[in-house]
Amino acid sequence: MALDKNGIAKRIAQEVQNGFYVNLGIGIPTLVANYVREDIEVEFQSENGVLGMGPFPFEGDEDADIINAGKQTITTLPGASFFDSATSFAMIRGKHVDLTILGAMEVAENGDIANWKIPGKMVKGMGGAMDLVASAENIIVAMMHTNKRGESKILKQCSLPLTGVGCVTKIVTNLAVLEVKNKAFHLLERAPGVSVEDIKKATEGTLVVNGEIPEMNI
Amino acid sequence: MINKKVNNVQEALVGVKSGMTLMLGGFGLCGIPENAIAELVNLNVRGLTCISNNAGVDDFGLGLLLQNKQIKKMISSYVGENDEFERQMLSGELEVELTPQGTLAEKCRAAQAGFPAFYTPAGYGTEVAEGKETRAFNGKMYVLEPAFKADFAFVKAWKGDAAGNLVFKGTARNFNPNMCGAATITVVEVEELVEVGELDPNTIHVPGIFVQRIFQGTDYEKRIEQRTVRQKH
Repeated sequence: MALDKNGIAKRIAQEVQNGFYVNLGIGIPTLVANYVREDIEVEFQSENGVLGMGPFPFEGDEDADIINAGKQTITTLPGASFFDSATSFAMIRGKHVDLTILGAMEVAENGDIANWKIPGKMVKGMGGAMDLVASAENIIVAMMHTNKRGESKILKQCSLPLTGVGCVTKIVTNLAVLEVKNKAFHLLERAPGVSVEDIKKATEGTLVVNGEIPEMNI
Repeated sequence: MINKKVNNVQEALVGVKSGMTLMLGGFGLCGIPENAIAELVNLNVRGLTCISNNAGVDDFGLGLLLQNKQIKKMISSYVGENDEFERQMLSGELEVELTPQGTLAEKCRAAQAGFPAFYTPAGYGTEVAEGKETRAFNGKMYVLEPAFKADFAFVKAWKGDAAGNLVFKGTARNFNPNMCGAATITVVEVEELVEVGELDPNTIHVPGIFVQRIFQGTDYEKRIEQRTVRQKH
């Protein structure tokens, strides 16, 4: 069965290692925080100026001055810090953040990513996504494999305006874990109960399948 | 001590005219200069270029200036929460320059720090880099981005004194410190204007030299955009 958003988040959480500073994008990536192992030390960075983000506050404890990049009220953990936007992006651009997890509308087999604009329809803006993808060396994209009409979002070439070029290395979708290298998607894992055939059908870009493909362990 | 204190928002905004370029601090509705925005609506200055990470929501923040059609051009990184903004942009009434968030912050900081421009990897190979100078450093491509030029910067701080020293709270800090001194005149509104000497010089986030005018703000709504809570077990 294909994973739901929480399933994708759960699988991505396995990529988070002890001692990592992690930037989580809006949407599915935000959910990853819920599934990170409790026996490791991780600090979550939010681009609006906080390091050491904690869970949502209890009702009545919300503070309008303490939010995340999704404008949600949050709390901070012991050891947290606040800083200005230029400092926040110094952390990102300067490669001090170890892992970046973000959503995408399309990813291409050369590692291009599009997630900020649908010409003539939706223009929300790139926020910090362009800075993140241009700088981070360890980027995981969390996304659905296909759109609502069943069309692949894992493509030969992006059709939407790009957020960054040649920057995506790993993708976790509702169907599969893919590595992006040598101008192709390399299938690493299948979602439980999803066949290689299912994944092939849902992938427009070049898919490389080498040997037996294990099921995700989640 | 050089005194930057003015008595109210009216005095603070003296000299603001139609057609000017304004910087406004804030991330979403967090840390926005509420008093200055209300006064801009009052003054009915028009044809403004506004540099601000976001454009408020329909009925608050910069959304108030948009409703009133006072803004000619917005320079922002993310404008997702404002239907009126999207309508004006898609219809062509409003000119929009979408800028990567880190670039937006650095364009403020560069203006503050006296750099005419800087190279950033953000946006290389995308439409953001179209028409801009690009250059390779150590095998990686970068885009040349110029510093902002603005007439006024409107900043909101938590505490401040008449010398213009500022302290921010939580994530309400965001772009505010980067905009101080990045425009010809920096106007700061504070929740609490304290006596000079009360702020510990060790804990000041922005030194007064970057500030031209400071005033005690009033009636802060501090609206929460996404109230998210967890349940007590």
